[in-house]
Amino acid sequence: MIFDSSRRRFLAVGASAAGALLVGWRVQAQDDLPYLGARFQAPQLTDFLRVEADGTVVIGARGCEVGQGVKTDLPMLIAEELDADWNRVRVEQLPYGYVDTDSGPGDRYGDQGAGGDATPAAWAQLRQAGAVARWLLVQSAAQQWSLDPATLRTEAGFVIAADGRKLGFGELAANAATLDAPPNPLPLKDPAQFRLIGKPMRTVDAREVVLGRTEYGIDSYLGNALVAVIARCPYPGGALAALDDAQARQLSGVRGVHVLPGPKPDAPFDGALAAGVAVVADDTWSALRGRDKLKITWKPDPAWAGDSSASLEARAQALLGDDAHAIVVRNDGDFAKAQKAARGNTIQARYQMPLLAHATLEPPSATIAVSRDKVELIAGLHDPAGASRVLQAITGVARDAIDIRLPRAGGDLGRRLHNDFVAEAALVAKAAGKPVKLVWMREDDLQHDFYRPFGIHDLAATLDHRKQITGWSHRVAATPRNWRDERLAGQPAFAGILDADAFPAGLVANLQQWFSALPCGLPRGEFLGGAQAFQAFAAQSFLDEIAHATRQDPLVLRMNLLGAPRMLRPGFDTGRLAGVLRIAAGKIDWQHKPTNGHGLGLACHAGDGAYAAHAFEVSVDGNDLTIHRAVCAVDAGRTLNPLNLQAQVANTTLAAISASLHEAITLKAGQVQQHNFPDYPLLRMRQSPRAMEVHSIDSAADAASVDDCVAASAAPALANAVFAATTVRVRKLPLMPELLRLL
Amino acid sequence: MPDNPFRRTKPEPVPPVAASAREKTVPLRINGKAFFHNGDPDMPLLWYLRDVLRLTGSKYGCGIGECGACTVLVDGKAQHACLLPVKSMAQREIVTIEGLAGDAALHPLQEAWIAEDAIGCGYCQTGQIMAAAALLKRKPRPDDADIDAIPNLCRCGTYPRIRAAIARAATAPVEGKR
Repeated sequence: MIFDSSRRRFLAVGASAAGALLVGWRVQAQDDLPYLGARFQAPQLTDFLRVEADGTVVIGARGCEVGQGVKTDLPMLIAEELDADWNRVRVEQLPYGYVDTDSGPGDRYGDQGAGGDATPAAWAQLRQAGAVARWLLVQSAAQQWSLDPATLRTEAGFVIAADGRKLGFGELAANAATLDAPPNPLPLKDPAQFRLIGKPMRTVDAREVVLGRTEYGIDSYLGNALVAVIARCPYPGGALAALDDAQARQLSGVRGVHVLPGPKPDAPFDGALAAGVAVVADDTWSALRGRDKLKITWKPDPAWAGDSSASLEARAQALLGDDAHAIVVRNDGDFAKAQKAARGNTIQARYQMPLLAHATLEPPSATIAVSRDKVELIAGLHDPAGASRVLQAITGVARDAIDIRLPRAGGDLGRRLHNDFVAEAALVAKAAGKPVKLVWMREDDLQHDFYRPFGIHDLAATLDHRKQITGWSHRVAATPRNWRDERLAGQPAFAGILDADAFPAGLVANLQQWFSALPCGLPRGEFLGGAQAFQAFAAQSFLDEIAHATRQDPLVLRMNLLGAPRMLRPGFDTGRLAGVLRIAAGKIDWQHKPTNGHGLGLACHAGDGAYAAHAFEVSVDGNDLTIHRAVCAVDAGRTLNPLNLQAQVANTTLAAISASLHEAITLKAGQVQQHNFPDYPLLRMRQSPRAMEVHSIDSAADAASVDDCVAASAAPALANAVFAATTVRVRKLPLMPELLRLL
Repeated sequence: MPDNPFRRTKPEPVPPVAASAREKTVPLRINGKAFFHNGDPDMPLLWYLRDVLRLTGSKYGCGIGECGACTVLVDGKAQHACLLPVKSMAQREIVTIEGLAGDAALHPLQEAWIAEDAIGCGYCQTGQIMAAAALLKRKPRPDDADIDAIPNLCRCGTYPRIRAAIARAATAPVEGKR
């Protein structure tokens, strides 16, 4: 039996009543005898893999599809080792697979986070499942033909004998299901034999999406679920002072009004984000009308009532001048000494990053039925395991009686890592005593989010007489990510904001990174690009400033910094970063600067084992910025699905452009000022690059997730191109308002 | 999905009701079928489609006509269902994404969207397709500026593929009556 002892998971084989072969990982459950139970009844096994009698191969997708392509890509790994005919593969979304084990909670299907699973371990695990099914089918054919299994091969859904005889997987499934799984892990294919991995595959459920048949969380219905909307306290940490719900209750269609408590002061945000009043109604429109009729007085938390963006900025600037409270993130060599040696040959600049909202086009929603001993949830989630824990805490129902169905989700960018809306839905359903579908309106979404942190970067570089960078100081005052965030509990205040290894760390002899925590009452969270993007805008803009101040070519400066190709540290090969930079520069025709008023800019970043470089060609005419070309070169190791990689890189580039051009959450009198898209403008088609090119290097290196890395290099490359076109250096995001102010 | 008492596959006589209630009943024609709405006449078409008819292909994204996720065709023109009170829709021909292909399996735009893999999270794509359908009705051979004038939001950033899909559908040989 193939047993993954670190995760107490084993590969199990079973048969369905209809004669299908089932293969799935199963966590050793409490009631399983050790190393027993490889065979069990079909209903217990919702599998990775089902080979049906008609030859259809059904593969389970374990992560929630949020647009990152896991629903297509991960099944490709299984189908590859199975040698399935991709045209006969059907992908079905798996539910969240919680299981109790003798060593605590287990995950039946492995990591079901929506992050992308681009890890070598996930690859190996999924491929093994496909390999086992293939092995069983081959054994079955060998029995039928009385041949040595070693003489048989498989291709596109058939087992084929040396003499050319063929048996379809469907014909073999029933017998294969009676065989025992192989005792040891099977060898996996040599990459040279790949038939699916590396081939462009379209989104498996595209047809349902374009027909409008795909169920998103907001489209789900459970029984006769009522619709709930919540009026939430607009002040961070605030509370309900007075409520008059008489008019709301009188409206036809309104079924109830329920007061919801806010988060406990100073405790982690593990439930609802704000105090609220829920209106439960027959339909969304009635719920919204009811909410409009509520008369509520909210009481601000005095700690945050006076906060404004101006006060945040002033406090950040003050913190940057006060070393006493700074945490040293990294300290290589001696920056102070380098400063002295530079004799005034020092360059300094400050860059400001606003708070950002995720603004997923599908706002948070959760459909839930809660009874005494069972919970059913349908919601687009990035962290279903977290949702399961939240639901257990609120309902008291055991986790193995909490069923979570994962529909497609309308975007993520990190928003769905949090399960605050799941907690709210459970509280409302309990109060109402009925299943509910909680929907968030856009205003709710922009006003109540785990925002990308605000911060100001102070950068300084020292140069020698040959214009080489001898010292690099990067000091940040920002609203910490780990504030009241259990995921980052115990981690330093800069976690998720500063990465001690980020470029150019390791490439400059005297380098210091300092962090000062800036208190703010708004919740903060993960956002596209994470720490990498937060840091890279400043670092890559500043490199450009150094290049221009010292009359060096920004490309040459970066290449010189990277130096000879080498492994600087695990996960950072300077040659691979130089490689993508060279491609991006070549494709944008860097050596031939446009003379028509267009400007070229580039930037690069390495992180999570991936490498990205962006190059932009832009022009600014009056109030309009035109992005004529956007080029991104990436090296993310072995490419699973080039079509999806292209999509991820292009999409992430555009999302990063959107985030840097116009988006900002601002505070006034303790309240978020943005309510809907007019004051939180997302990128539209006409503002997006006229041409978007993605150039990817497919290598034998381990596959890596590209999103954060690509998000990191996009915004600074854009700002650098804007400088080239206008000679205006934008040091404060969002870019457009600041550019127009400076022009 | 429970039975939906409001759904009708063909026009049916309005049952006898009090005069005041009958005045409130709004006859609707959606995807070639007749429906009668006797709830709040101010309910936006979007919530009628989604909550009452459970035609959930039209999406909610902003509620104020900014994002286009709820785009439907009203008498052939792209409109934001979130802004249209049901009472204003009497005698209008409404087509949603569910009815766009008509008797065909897929509309040429839907085929083009699949061919270009213009999906991302997919949430905005039904609205994008409806906006593109209105454009192609108005201008079967749109230029780049016409396509770029589609104001629908895509948070994922699939605009390059949306452009390619519209261009593909616009240059594809016209089939049937569409």
